Amino acid sequence: MQKGETLIDTAITLNAMRPDLLVVRHHAAGAVELLSQKVDCSVINAGDGAHQHPTQGLLDALTIRRAKGRIEGLTVAICGDVLHSRVARSNINILNTLGARVRIVAPSTLLPSSPDRLGAEIFTNMKEGIKDADIVMMLRLQRERMEGTYVPSSREFFHFFGLDEDKLQLARPDALIMHPGPMNRGVEIDSTVADHSRSVIREQVEMGVAVRMAVLETLARHLPNR
Amino acid sequence: MSRPRATAFLNARLMDPESGLDKPGGLLVEDGIIADMGNHLRRNAPKGADVIDCNGHVLAPGLIDCQVFTGEPGHEHRETLATASNAAAAGGVTTIVCMPETEPVIDQVALVDFIRRRARDTALVNVHTMAAATKGLAGAEMTEIGLLKEAGAVAFSNGKSSIQDTALLRNVLNYAKDFDALIVHHTEDPYLSRSGVMNSGEVATRLGLPGVNKLAETIVLERDVRLVEMTGGRYHAATISCAESIAVIRHAKKRKLPVTCGVSINHLTLNENDIGPYRTFFRIRPPLRGEDDRRAMVTALAEGHIDVIVSSHDPQDADTKRRPFAEAADGAIGLETLLAAALRLYHNEEIDLMRLLRAMTINPARLLGLSSGRLQEGAPADIILIDLGQPWVVDKDGLKSRSKNSPFDEGKLQGRVLHTMVAGKSVYRYPAGKRG
Repeated sequence: MQKGETLIDTAITLNAMRPDLLVVRHHAAGAVELLSQKVDCSVINAGDGAHQHPTQGLLDALTIRRAKGRIEGLTVAICGDVLHSRVARSNINILNTLGARVRIVAPSTLLPSSPDRLGAEIFTNMKEGIKDADIVMMLRLQRERMEGTYVPSSREFFHFFGLDEDKLQLARPDALIMHPGPMNRGVEIDSTVADHSRSVIREQVEMGVAVRMAVLETLARHLPNR
Repeated sequence: MSRPRATAFLNARLMDPESGLDKPGGLLVEDGIIADMGNHLRRNAPKGADVIDCNGHVLAPGLIDCQVFTGEPGHEHRETLATASNAAAAGGVTTIVCMPETEPVIDQVALVDFIRRRARDTALVNVHTMAAATKGLAGAEMTEIGLLKEAGAVAFSNGKSSIQDTALLRNVLNYAKDFDALIVHHTEDPYLSRSGVMNSGEVATRLGLPGVNKLAETIVLERDVRLVEMTGGRYHAATISCAESIAVIRHAKKRKLPVTCGVSINHLTLNENDIGPYRTFFRIRPPLRGEDDRRAMVTALAEGHIDVIVSSHDPQDADTKRRPFAEAADGAIGLETLLAAALRLYHNEEIDLMRLLRAMTINPARLLGLSSGRLQEGAPADIILIDLGQPWVVDKDGLKSRSKNSPFDEGKLQGRVLHTMVAGKSVYRYPAGKRG
């Protein structure tokens, strides 16, 4: 792709090597879908633009289930730059499917259009959105988004939408803290809170390995011509 | 600081634009608030109170002026908060909202705090800040609207220039909505108005001056209303000046959009003919329009389509004004003449007094979430006593503003503030030294 080759040409070239499985991450939504139409093998979406990151959704759900024993009926608050987040979209999908109550917490400028159609309760006030939540899932806010177009400054974002000790108190006393990483300490999450005893951020990473092994294994078991 | 004693206003015509009260009576001020009012106080003051005999004159809430430019910080030689407050007190304006167009621009929490403390220490009247909506008023990046509001900013504006980046203005409205912050916007297309110095039309042609078509204002207003429709954010058109803009506002209100608008006293009482022989005190922004538009503004105000009257007080010194018209700065002072000029409309029977006062008291109070602007028990004692009929001639050098660019200079006005009280403290009396 670096040499100016089109995505389709890349797909055709890769296909000619007869891979068993492809894992593809791309900055444009829909690119993985497009590529998968041009190859004969299974394609695993490792994240396409702001669209989906399915394995992240799986690993987040697994982390929650292992820590809480269930997913159904839990209140999950997904907080931060939802507009640009494939992690948010995948999590809303899987958590709704598994029966959780999903909330989105973000300033209006970081909400996608028609947010009410996503199947989550929308909050533009974090104190209200995080109240009595079982899970607080923080999303990363990219540098370029905090300079004054979507959000005036990281200081303001952290004050109103960052997870700090004060706001954490509003969630349930046994609430879990999650983050897909990498974290911007002091922007969306207070440094101390990131290292909190109820943070399962490290477990998420560990479950990520397990989930991806499982996905690869499941697909490998069903290869044609085996 | 010692607590002011109780003050009793006797024998007044009590007017409260919020409730519509217009009755003879008296009013008692204690501890900075209106403690009691009504007919029972008309003649009798409680023991120990300072007594002021109103001689039947109107006792009303002090005026709230939501567009005042000062030179503090940065251009103190033009006007400080102190001198602006002197002018305000003499004009019966008990609350001023200062614009962010200073040097530096009020776009940081620390600067909102500076204004608050400076006003507390030097100003006679209440001072609030309208903070910048974009950093440096450059129209490129949003300011910390949430933090600025927490620090006390009552609204947000881009000063004298319109935000051109449509996506940015949409984001500002969207973001401000989460904080219930009001966006006040000057509507003027900079490309269309780039070289114009007055309203385009016959007068500009005869004077040989480049004009700006009034639609330069309406175009931006229409766009802005669509952005309000898109986002639901609260929006206030700072100073509209022509009939076409009124039509846009009426349509927006009919659709129940959160849109309000203000008009400058200059566009209610003056027109482009007043420029006469290139008099630069009449160079303002938006420019003075034709008489038809002036009348349209008056009618719109009388019918309730315009919410707020502002002075748009803008001190400019001889440096910037004593030049050929096309090179002069725009701006006219108006704090001290706001009420008397507005009363012209009352004396001409174009607007009833209650509606006039409403646009300068309770309407701005509601827009900005202030508890003043009301003559009611429990309200702050921001009160003015008005002699509706007293004639006077404006002498610019006698005005209290540090700058003297008044378009009413040598004008004959009818109506004068006799007494101004802010938070229970008397800050102005006319004639000076008169008591009771």
